[in-house]
Amino acid sequence: MPRRLLQLLLLLLAAVALPVHAGEGHVPKPVLTIEHPGQCIAPPEVMRRTHMDMLKHQRDKTLRLGERGAKISLNGCIECHASRKTGSVLGSNENFCQSCHAYVAVKLDCFECHQPKTGMLKSAATAGGQP
Amino acid sequence: MSEQQTPDAGRRDFLGATAAATAAGLGFVALAPGMQLIKFAEANASTNAATGQFASSKVRWGMLIDTTRCATGCTDCVTACATENAIQPGSGRPGQSSQWIRKIELKEQKTGREISLPMMCQHCAEPPCVDVCPTGASFKRADGIVLVDRHSCIGCRYCMMACPYKARSFVHEPLTQQNPEVPRGKGCVESCTLCVHRVDKGEQPACVEACSKGEHTAMLFGDLNNPDSEIAKRIATTATSQVRADLRLDPGVRFQGI
Repeated sequence: MPRRLLQLLLLLLAAVALPVHAGEGHVPKPVLTIEHPGQCIAPPEVMRRTHMDMLKHQRDKTLRLGERGAKISLNGCIECHASRKTGSVLGSNENFCQSCHAYVAVKLDCFECHQPKTGMLKSAATAGGQP
Repeated sequence: MSEQQTPDAGRRDFLGATAAATAAGLGFVALAPGMQLIKFAEANASTNAATGQFASSKVRWGMLIDTTRCATGCTDCVTACATENAIQPGSGRPGQSSQWIRKIELKEQKTGREISLPMMCQHCAEPPCVDVCPTGASFKRADGIVLVDRHSCIGCRYCMMACPYKARSFVHEPLTQQNPEVPRGKGCVESCTLCVHRVDKGEQPACVEACSKGEHTAMLFGDLNNPDSEIAKRIATTATSQVRADLRLDPGVRFQGI
């Protein structure tokens, strides 16, 4: 009877451990293609850890205090990091913002309201002769 | 009562004594960082004011609409607003579409006199939408522009009910064609921003620009606080009025000929 119990326990353990082990390789690593290589506003390790705080503080300054042309800007992120193919930071796991956020499973709420594509500026559209 | 007051008094004495001790011993140290902070803030304010980057409370943006020049049937301002702010009709329910500015035709029954005017957020000095907002999302900028902070708007729509001008709309459907300078999205209330992104660049609101490009030039935008501005001069010399002035909200949009 104790041997049976041990077997059952081992089986249970295996059942719990296996899917986790098998799942390790399933989340694709983020694909970070810097489409417009150049100097970001801060070193990559700083950006990785604090970009959300930067954006959160700056959004209040911009909206509530009316600060324009600040160094930190979501539109600035999009200008540099949008994919050359789709012109967007969203769309697939190869697009800059989405690839990392999918990997770390953090919901990306910015683009419920903000425009994820480049070239959508109204002034740019009128200058380009579009209707 | 007196029994209840006694421990309070004791606590006050204790707090008072502690405060006095702190002031005597650590007062300077405690004060110095505070002073530094204030100095920082002042330095920032002055540099930003120099570059014109921050909204200033010395300015009060406003608009003057000359209804005698506004043409019946002309919707240039509405079209310009929709283009600038990427406002598109929703699918299927036209009654739910966002309306930042709309044209109103009025007729006086006795005389038959007809007037036409654009109506939008009046950018009140005492905005009721700000009073009722439970999250602080509805706010007034230092320069008098009333805005919605979509980051904290929960879409409760109290402000829509509080506004006597029916100036606010609720976004019912997901949006994709936003102007990068004008973020908008489903689940938030929105209204005329006085084209704040343009105003901050030193430009005029899109509706005013469109109106002045046409032959009507019924709309005038400017700083109500600056006595040298055209709008302030016009207001000082001609009879203008605010809509529902009895509510004492002091709207920044004034009308001529109503």
